[in-house]
Amino acid sequence: MGSFFSYVRRNPALGWGLGILVFLLLFSYGGRILINPEDAFALATKTDLPPTLDREALAKIGEMPTLKGKLDQLRLGLREVFGTDSQGKSLLASIVLGTGLTLQIGAIAGAIGIGIGTVLGFFSGYYAGTVFDNIVTSLVDVVLTMPGFLVLVLIASSVADPDNMTVVTMGLVVSVTAWAFPTRAIRSQVLSMRQRPFVMMAKLSAMSGPEIILKELMPNLLPYLVMSLANSVYGGVMGSLGLQGLGIGDRRQPYLGMIIWWIQYYSAFLRGMWWWILEPVIIIILLLTGLILISFGLDEIANPRTRRSV
Amino acid sequence: MTSLLELKDVTKVFGKKNAYTVALDHMSIGMPEDFPYIITIAGESGSGKTTMGMLLLGFYTPSSGEVLYRGKNIHELGRQEMFSFRQDVQAVFQDPFAVYNPFYKVDNLLSIPIKNFGLATSRRQSRELMERALNGVGLRPEETLGRYPHQLSGGQRQRIAVARALLLKPKLLITDEPVSMVDASLRATLLKALRSLNQDFGIPIIYITHDLTTAYHVSDYIVILYHGSVMEAGDVDPIIRDPKHPYTQLLVGSIPWPDPRRPWGDTNIAFPKSVAFDEAAPGCKFAPRCPLVFEPCMAERPPLFQLDDGRAASCYLYQSDETVVREDLMDLFPRKDEVEAAAD
Amino acid sequence: MNQPILKIVDLRVYYHVEAGAVKAVDGVDLDLQPGVKLGLVGESGSGKSTMALALMRMIKEPGKIEGGQMILDGTDLMTLNTEQMRHVRLSQLSMIPQGAMNSLHPLLRIEDQIIDGIRDHDRTLTKAELHERAGILLESVELTRRVGRMYPHELSGGMKQRACMAIAISMHPQLIIADEPTSALDVVIQRQVMETLDRLQVELDLSIILIGHDMGLMAQFVDRLAVMYAGRLMELGDTLALFEEPLHGYTQMLIESLPVLENKGVFTGIPGITPSLLDVPPGCVFHTRCPEATQECREIVPAFRELRPGHWVACHRHGVVEA
Repeated sequence: MGSFFSYVRRNPALGWGLGILVFLLLFSYGGRILINPEDAFALATKTDLPPTLDREALAKIGEMPTLKGKLDQLRLGLREVFGTDSQGKSLLASIVLGTGLTLQIGAIAGAIGIGIGTVLGFFSGYYAGTVFDNIVTSLVDVVLTMPGFLVLVLIASSVADPDNMTVVTMGLVVSVTAWAFPTRAIRSQVLSMRQRPFVMMAKLSAMSGPEIILKELMPNLLPYLVMSLANSVYGGVMGSLGLQGLGIGDRRQPYLGMIIWWIQYYSAFLRGMWWWILEPVIIIILLLTGLILISFGLDEIANPRTRRSV
Repeated sequence: MTSLLELKDVTKVFGKKNAYTVALDHMSIGMPEDFPYIITIAGESGSGKTTMGMLLLGFYTPSSGEVLYRGKNIHELGRQEMFSFRQDVQAVFQDPFAVYNPFYKVDNLLSIPIKNFGLATSRRQSRELMERALNGVGLRPEETLGRYPHQLSGGQRQRIAVARALLLKPKLLITDEPVSMVDASLRATLLKALRSLNQDFGIPIIYITHDLTTAYHVSDYIVILYHGSVMEAGDVDPIIRDPKHPYTQLLVGSIPWPDPRRPWGDTNIAFPKSVAFDEAAPGCKFAPRCPLVFEPCMAERPPLFQLDDGRAASCYLYQSDETVVREDLMDLFPRKDEVEAAAD
Repeated sequence: MNQPILKIVDLRVYYHVEAGAVKAVDGVDLDLQPGVKLGLVGESGSGKSTMALALMRMIKEPGKIEGGQMILDGTDLMTLNTEQMRHVRLSQLSMIPQGAMNSLHPLLRIEDQIIDGIRDHDRTLTKAELHERAGILLESVELTRRVGRMYPHELSGGMKQRACMAIAISMHPQLIIADEPTSALDVVIQRQVMETLDRLQVELDLSIILIGHDMGLMAQFVDRLAVMYAGRLMELGDTLALFEEPLHGYTQMLIESLPVLENKGVFTGIPGITPSLLDVPPGCVFHTRCPEATQECREIVPAFRELRPGHWVACHRHGVVEA
């Protein structure tokens, strides 16, 4: 553990990126204590309130006999601390829940992206030149040349009942384009690596193709794979924010991107509702920055200069 | 008798229509398995020597011709036959660092083939084999096993690679510049280990190198390559002491012998002009740079002519009726064991 | 005896890493007379490449010249500031580096790279004069003037190395350090390049330090030879004397391990491994591998002294003398 921290000190990008991500995780899951989930839905409280603290409710905490009671009062007091929107949703509750939802979507997209990307990337790279490889490369080329976001919009809109799209469905939708780049990136790494003498040695030791992929190539590419995971998550999050921003998805759910939709719908800019605009944007920037920093940080591990002894 | 491993009229071309290189040009050579020889495949960079090694190991596919293992094309072998091929033919490569997977300890290089080829039935037995092999190359197991590649020196790593060959006792060992990235003081130890593999265990070795001094020391035969074609081939001793082909003369004359009493200045060699090599040009490949070039050289590729002392040179200067039919280069090498038997 | 063109006194260069101090050069004394070719031979881990960088004062963190003097033609290079040292480089002292492929700027034409160096030292020359100078320099290293208009990637390895030589001699320096100039070249090109360097040395009356690991190349090229091991000098003398009668065990074993026409089939290497420069053995650094090591060798660092005229050695076999 100690060596991990000393490494992180030398790699600030990774450190900060992980730190931001941990903070957001704490915010979205730990922060649930501070909210009443129902407050993230319409008509929970008064509309269009700038950030306010309900001091009366907070003062009553001491009077409550049970812990649950105290907690309820706390939640009441904090309900409008981020302000409310034009539908009377507590923005604190919305954003806490929304961040969690976005992270989940990102995780699904990341997992699928890296899962497919790894398998396809390794096998097409190792067996380069074969029919299998040609099919995979062509597919990847097609997906990457397509305007990805428009495709997502098309797919999302044609999904049975987009208005009731679940988190999982949204995650699956955005992963349609998330797998392509990791596949290509991993494939090119494998292409160069398979010419290396240690792979030749493995062949001379009668290791089979899949064995070589699993035991020789994959461990060396672990940092690269994790970096690709960070990139997939990033892609998934961006895709989902874009779709939600256009109002595609279940508009009642407190998705971060959906807040953007509502901002436009209710002309929050014209009405000067700065809190409604700033809060989700700040969280989104934090999330994306965190992911990018992790990706940068991992890039440094993934591409080390070979260190030889003096 | 069928050769263990054979190149049958193999040509390997790299590149595209207008920018291509003929790395190896119609090479036919068969490696017998009934007597232990060390043959050097020598040449400068671009000669095709490494390509030849890669073709023999099955890592490159020939553009034309066939690579045969016990008579069968190695790119068409079944699972069992492929396994047998890998068991019989092993290699030592040039770079002592690149042959190791940096993720694993160096033991891996030895333990994996032991496991895959079923050379030991228990972990203890496997360990014993590894230790014996390491001792055989002058390494102490307690100082080398259990370490990661970057924790050992280049010399130690290369010795482990040779120990691997010692352990596996293949029927043929192909070495590609095994000592060029190793310190001078260690070279002798490694070459001694290779020579011992050959003499004590009867393993034939193909020694690919650009260094004629070590080639002279360690091998019996030598094949000099230039741009993919054989210039001269035969017993290593006369070829280095008294090279006949102008290219060999140029090579040998450029060797910096570690003997101040034998300075370069004595060997007067005409330096060839720097000309870009033209793949499509007819005639001898060395003609554009040859100081002794004359009329027939430019017209057609010279075949290998047999010279009196058991060697062959691809040069019109030695034109005779004794053309070596390029079926198998190996045929022209006098068998050392037969020569010795005859001498008794 | 003339004044030496270069006098190195007790040079120490250490690299400070987490694990300790890597003593790459640990007390080297060396004199070089003008017009002499000196070879500095050593294996990997001997510190010879560090010597080259130290002389050019191009040692970077975490390396540091801990002490000693490098007196070039009367001036101690250690006393110069950055600007003065920059002036010394190329005009008095220049280097032909290892791996010419990497030291030429890939986006500049050859003649521009030559001109760059000259212009830095002499701003009075006109464009035409610079162009002419570059042309003459190229011809002196047996390249055609046409090469000047080419880019590095259009040249072969040997041509690139000769272009580097042209740059190195452009300001007519007194001393050239050639750090493994031919290690990446084929043997025929190697001879050509070395013979060009030889000719240049005579024509321009240069002093040359050739750094490398190839004893054969040293035997063919240098007048005097210094043998380096684990950061220290073991022996220094005329090349012929060294080969005929090596005074140090390391030199002796090194020469014996080299393949020559006469010793076919005889393989004698040096047992053991080079010590890590982080953890240098006490006493004589070579004692761990020397078959004649005595108790003194294990404890007392042998002095590097002149045993015969011009022939220096650090070895207790010739009498125990402490450094």
